[in-house]
Amino acid sequence: MTTPAQLADDGLAPAISLAGIEKWYGTRDAPVHALAATDLEVAEREFVVLLGPSGCGKTTMLRMIGGLIAPTGGTLTVEGQRLWDGENRRSEAVSELGMVFQDANLFPWLSIEDNIALPLELKGMDKARRRARAHELCQLVGIKGFEKRWPRELSGGMRQRAAIARALSYDPKILLMDEPFGALDAMTRDAMNLELQRIWMDTGKTIILVTHSISEAVFLADRIVLLSPRPGKIDTIVEVPIPRPRRSEVQASETFQSIALALRQRLAEIS
Amino acid sequence: MTDASMTNGGLNPRTAPVATPPASVLARKRGLREGLLPWVTTPLLLFVLVGGWHLYVRNSGISPFILPAPGDVWTEWRYLMVNPRGWNHTYWTLYATLAGFFWAIVIGVGLGVLIARIRWLELTLNPFIVATQVIPKVALVPLFVVWFGFGVTSKVIVAAVLAFFPILTNTVLGVKSIDEGHRDVMTSLNATRWQIFRRLELPSALPYIITGLEVGIVLAIIGAIVGEYLGGNLGLGRMLIERMNAFEMDEMFAILIHMSMLGFLLYFSIGVLRRLLIPWHGSVRH
Repeated sequence: MTTPAQLADDGLAPAISLAGIEKWYGTRDAPVHALAATDLEVAEREFVVLLGPSGCGKTTMLRMIGGLIAPTGGTLTVEGQRLWDGENRRSEAVSELGMVFQDANLFPWLSIEDNIALPLELKGMDKARRRARAHELCQLVGIKGFEKRWPRELSGGMRQRAAIARALSYDPKILLMDEPFGALDAMTRDAMNLELQRIWMDTGKTIILVTHSISEAVFLADRIVLLSPRPGKIDTIVEVPIPRPRRSEVQASETFQSIALALRQRLAEIS
Repeated sequence: MTDASMTNGGLNPRTAPVATPPASVLARKRGLREGLLPWVTTPLLLFVLVGGWHLYVRNSGISPFILPAPGDVWTEWRYLMVNPRGWNHTYWTLYATLAGFFWAIVIGVGLGVLIARIRWLELTLNPFIVATQVIPKVALVPLFVVWFGFGVTSKVIVAAVLAFFPILTNTVLGVKSIDEGHRDVMTSLNATRWQIFRRLELPSALPYIITGLEVGIVLAIIGAIVGEYLGGNLGLGRMLIERMNAFEMDEMFAILIHMSMLGFLLYFSIGVLRRLLIPWHGSVRH
């Protein structure tokens, strides 16, 4: 297991660090403890998967890292900068984060290229440069030739590719993905996993991905963070020592199978 | 096991011959039936209706003071088209309609956006807004004439009051229907409040607002014409009353037709607006 000490030995500051991060939700009955005080460090260029049954706080954790919901306690730093000042989000830290959601969430009134370039437009980049960047990204995520289409004209998998391109457009160091392929069919999902691995290796991003699919987790992750519910907390952290690039065939390998089996058994115990 | 089945894991894919679609499928390409049919059926229905009207007037011996023949109406309408006085009245009706519609948009959309975003404002204003709608507004027209005079102002106000409500309610609905996922995108991109309004809330609510405009424009014409019925000496509504009082039924019918064509024109302008502003929306057929 990679410990913070080891990371320090390598001379790398963590991309993301959670220290005692927790979340309470106030409800009409009793307050809900969505995530108990959690420590976690994610290294630069690392691919971390948060895995767990529903209600384990994995999405809550990701949304706090993404600056969408404020933690009720603890310290969260992104690229060395504090993300939360109490309830207030600090925008310098947010600009290093790109988010991809379960739904592509493309704006239906914008063409694919305008959707991809939306973050650049918000940052005030001129149109010619935006367009050039969008075309480059369409190439990267494999939807070249669809720049002028409306989102509704694309399949679910292609829309999700466009959403990934949008998150990459302003070149954040970190990509946060909340069940990005959860709404896709199994075959498209396998193809997207391969694509994501390629994009990750090409761009050198740090990725945190939330999923409830064991095979997706083992296929993609350097480290799998297994969370258990009520209250959400880290149960185990598993390293996946399968070399890259991983091809579909690794799913038949002994290492893959044994990690997947161990996770499956542990999940059955905790959920 | 052969070598081939070893390489693909024992799967044995079949190859299918190249197929061509049958003629009936090829012929079903959209266009002919859906595209051209209304251009035949609609005029045909119009022809049947006018023909029926003509035959009824000729054979029933009905007085022309009750129902004029379509031919006479046609003559009067053609006269109306070249009559500068008729166009002057048309101008004033159009002016009252569009000015009223304009204010209905400004107030309806502006107030709608505020109400949708500020909860206490919605709770405070809602009873008043509903009250203005429950009162039969046409009954207030004489009051407006007293307050705002016999000039065009009172007509503009009647048109605005009638058109404003559907625009308001649709705007509120539109702003409230914004997808939470879309909001998350804007939040994660650090968008400012103005950017969220301009890039997300406005375009997202636009299909709803345009639906409100479609209802609103029709109500605005009604408002302007009803306003003219009750006071003043300008506008198509006034002209219609004059003809009716003079028992010039063929002229009155010609004005009626003129009014409905005006209505059609304005309604279809909003349709054009829909195509221009929200070509991405499902309500626009390609």
